[in-house]
Amino acid sequence: MTTGKTISASGTGISPVLEYAINIQHLYKSFGDNHVLVDFNLEVKKGESLVVLGKSGSGKSVLIKCIIGLLRPDNGSIEMFGENITEINAEELDKIRAKVGFLFQSNALYDSMTVRDNLEFPLRRHWIKLSQEEVNKMVLEALEDVGLAHTVDMMPVELSGGMRKRIALARTLILKPEIILYDEPTTGLDPITGKEIIELMNEIQEKYNTTSLIISHDMNCVRMTSDRVVILLEGKCYADGSWEALQLNIDPKVKQFFQ
Amino acid sequence: MILPAEIRSFLTDAGSLARFTGRFFSQGFRPRYEMSEFTRQCYLIGYNSLPLIGLTSFIMGLVLTMQLRPAMLRYGVESELPAIVGISIIREIGPVISALIFAGKIGSSIGAELGSMKVTEQIDAMEVSGTNPFKYLVVTRVFAATLMLPVLILLGDAISLYGSYVGVNIRGTTSFYLFWSQVFDNLVFSDVMPAFIKSYFFGFAVGIIGCFKGYNSSKGTEGVGRSANSAVVVASIMVFIIDLLAVQVTDLLGLN
Ligand SMILES: Nc1ncnc2c1ncn2[C@@H]1O[C@H](COP(=O)(O)OP(=O)(O)OP(=O)(O)O)[C@@H](O)[C@H]1O
Ligand SMILES: [Mg+2]
Repeated sequence: MTTGKTISASGTGISPVLEYAINIQHLYKSFGDNHVLVDFNLEVKKGESLVVLGKSGSGKSVLIKCIIGLLRPDNGSIEMFGENITEINAEELDKIRAKVGFLFQSNALYDSMTVRDNLEFPLRRHWIKLSQEEVNKMVLEALEDVGLAHTVDMMPVELSGGMRKRIALARTLILKPEIILYDEPTTGLDPITGKEIIELMNEIQEKYNTTSLIISHDMNCVRMTSDRVVILLEGKCYADGSWEALQLNIDPKVKQFFQ
Repeated sequence: MILPAEIRSFLTDAGSLARFTGRFFSQGFRPRYEMSEFTRQCYLIGYNSLPLIGLTSFIMGLVLTMQLRPAMLRYGVESELPAIVGISIIREIGPVISALIFAGKIGSSIGAELGSMKVTEQIDAMEVSGTNPFKYLVVTRVFAATLMLPVLILLGDAISLYGSYVGVNIRGTTSFYLFWSQVFDNLVFSDVMPAFIKSYFFGFAVGIIGCFKGYNSSKGTEGVGRSANSAVVVASIMVFIIDLLAVQVTDLLGLN
């Protein structure tokens, strides 16, 4: 087994809890007889860009939805900002969610709203007291970050796949999240558009110094965005290390991802 | 006891619908209230169905009058035509026809809208944006449907009676004033009230079933189509079941 668990609470005397942006311990999640996550452990350090790699159907989306509280795990704990989100109530969870961005696999733009309304939605919902000017400014800023300021009055159906992904990213960014969760950010895009999205993700990472948890099976994306890679296999964290280290790994189950 | 698969799946469906309705009552009357979305839905649901309900009501009133006239002539009670038509429209035909049109138009649109929001993860996106999607999407639509359908039925009844007035005047002439006084002189409280009350139940049924089907839509565009379709079918059947129950209840209460 190659579970090179390298991350340990470094002996600096700082509380290890606060060092981690996300700390998942002994997570279990099943749907009937389908045991998707079985004793899954993962720690994501602040400012780190971590990729979870796994085959289709291995439970990547289930994992990320547990983290944001869309799915309730059967057992285990998920800590973000020092709070165990499996134990807190809906209001406290909303407060945490305001600091976490989530980019959906399918973008999840609201079809019935313009781009502007799509971006305003999380703002209005999380921080109720904002003047219209402040809102307009933030919308424009988020759109400029993704290079699509001219689409502000368009409807999502009028946009191409790559543009939708960027708008979805802008909607995620508008709350200036400290953690961003990306569910397969490049799936369904052509390689060139995919690369643009990857570059955008890296720019955001640098500009706002966010912690990123990226789910992917696109090796290009993994290579270009990861500080560290974790392989999700059979519901567990099977291997863990940098892209370069894992690439040299001789375990056949790890190797199959790098062919 | 082993039940056939169809019956079992019907029972599980009925069970989940009951639970969904329970959730509506436990969340619907507690803050936060989504007032602006509610008013928007009232406008969309009410205004959008008005032309269709108006048209079908007018035709219904006109045709019913023309169909009844020969029979009334045969019994020599042609002069009672406005009264008979008025009673049938107000008591039964107006509410049921309008509710069925409403189920077709609003039930399917709610089912399809929520269904596609579900499968494209828009409902999840609302949830992570600090919104309770059940309150924002379901509670507002169910309240809007419940409150708007009775209003639509009242308007539909009026248009239907106007259609009947036109029908009466195709052969023979009755003054506008005479027609209306004939209609209203023969209406009593027990003709109007039960019909008005049951229309709230019709509206509620269409709203909750449309939302239930959409909210529990299965993945894929086919799933969305299926939820829109079954929302209409189930809501229409529900309208008849409520109608049946309503007539029993009014009977028991001695209101008939
Ligand atoms: N709501 C649910 N109900 C029942 N089973 C589910 C549910 N969500 C996911 N599953 C099951 O969990 C398993 C993992 O699904 P998941 O969506 O996490 O895969 P994934 O790794 O994200 O795959 P992909 O790369 O295709 O997106 C699948 O077997 C799926 O059938
Ligand atoms: Mg997935």
